[in-house]
Amino acid sequence: MEKRVSLWEIFLVFAKIGAFTIGGGYAMIPLIQAEMSRRGWIADEDLPDIVALSQSAPGVMAVNISIFAGHKLRGVKGSIAATLGSILPSFLIILAIAMFFTAFKDNPWVERAFKGIRPVVISLIAVPMVKMAQKSCKNVWHWALAIVSLVLVSFLNVSPIYIILCVLVLGFSVSYYRINKEIPGQAGNDGEGGR
Amino acid sequence: MTTLYLILQLAWTFFVIGAFTIGGGYAMLSLIQNQVVVEHPWISESAFTDIVAISQMTPGPIGINSATYVGYEVLFNATGSQFLGVCGSLTATLALILPSFLIMLLIVRFYLKFKSSRLYAGTMSWLKPSVVGLIGAAAIILIIKTTWTGFTPSVQVVSENFPDWKSWLLLASAFIASYWGKVNPIYVILAGAVLGIILY
Repeated sequence: MEKRVSLWEIFLVFAKIGAFTIGGGYAMIPLIQAEMSRRGWIADEDLPDIVALSQSAPGVMAVNISIFAGHKLRGVKGSIAATLGSILPSFLIILAIAMFFTAFKDNPWVERAFKGIRPVVISLIAVPMVKMAQKSCKNVWHWALAIVSLVLVSFLNVSPIYIILCVLVLGFSVSYYRINKEIPGQAGNDGEGGR
Repeated sequence: MTTLYLILQLAWTFFVIGAFTIGGGYAMLSLIQNQVVVEHPWISESAFTDIVAISQMTPGPIGINSATYVGYEVLFNATGSQFLGVCGSLTATLALILPSFLIMLLIVRFYLKFKSSRLYAGTMSWLKPSVVGLIGAAAIILIIKTTWTGFTPSVQVVSENFPDWKSWLLLASAFIASYWGKVNPIYVILAGAVLGIILY
């Protein structure tokens, strides 16, 4: 970056991205790509890596991408500008709805509409779950882990936080063991959990 | 005093949610739900379902939208003040993104190391299936509720979300439309709203 981008500009660009992404993180990627490459902020070939890292870091991908891109442009200040920009539009919209909806919640029409919406929403949570399962459950152990997590949380009321902590330790140990078991110098062939 | 305590509790709860969310918005929903519906008696199952619906229809990431909404609801329901409701949504939203912020700044610094770390990739390959289970659990908890008395479970359908057979039909058709039909979630929700008005 030869030319310093102003914090205000970063804020505005990310506010625009935040305002136009309906449906969450993945819907955001094409928009981010267009905005970033048009301005020369992030090269197209760097984007997949940034997306992958933002996905695997804790939190919401869209915010993570903003933090990353902002940092690349103007350091920590840039991260703050980009993050605040990307969350501000939805924050204001949700706030308006929350204030408005409490007044209209008991309206009979709204009540009937939401009676229809509620079961539908549950399917909309189930669909991404099924898609994620197809992508990330690669062997019988992965499936077992998914089912055990599901049962523990939904029927035994265990907090998801404990599950994530345990799996973090388990996943780390298994991967550490596998990597160190390999003959040194054979490090090229990857395939963690994929076999 | 109790209000301040509530705000602090909200901040801590959403900070923890932000720190432990791995796998994106839907994974975050399962944590938010567990914390605000199960652990703290802040929001009912049906109110949470409504919040998810609204968060899905509005711009922005679903996890953050729900946090903003929940923050408002918790403070507004406890105090009846809209101003404190706004404080609640600010608290929840900022607390939620703070951990990502700290962790991402670390990642940015060690970007190349993370990228090529097989240990990192390996750990993630185990976390993802578990997150699948967590999201599934979030969906199940909105359908049925399990309470334990000693070692005997009792399973009940969440009747606010599933008052009758028509709800199950809606659930099934929405799944078909979204999964096989690849219909945009916003249209699926709008169709649900129209059908709700017609059917009930």
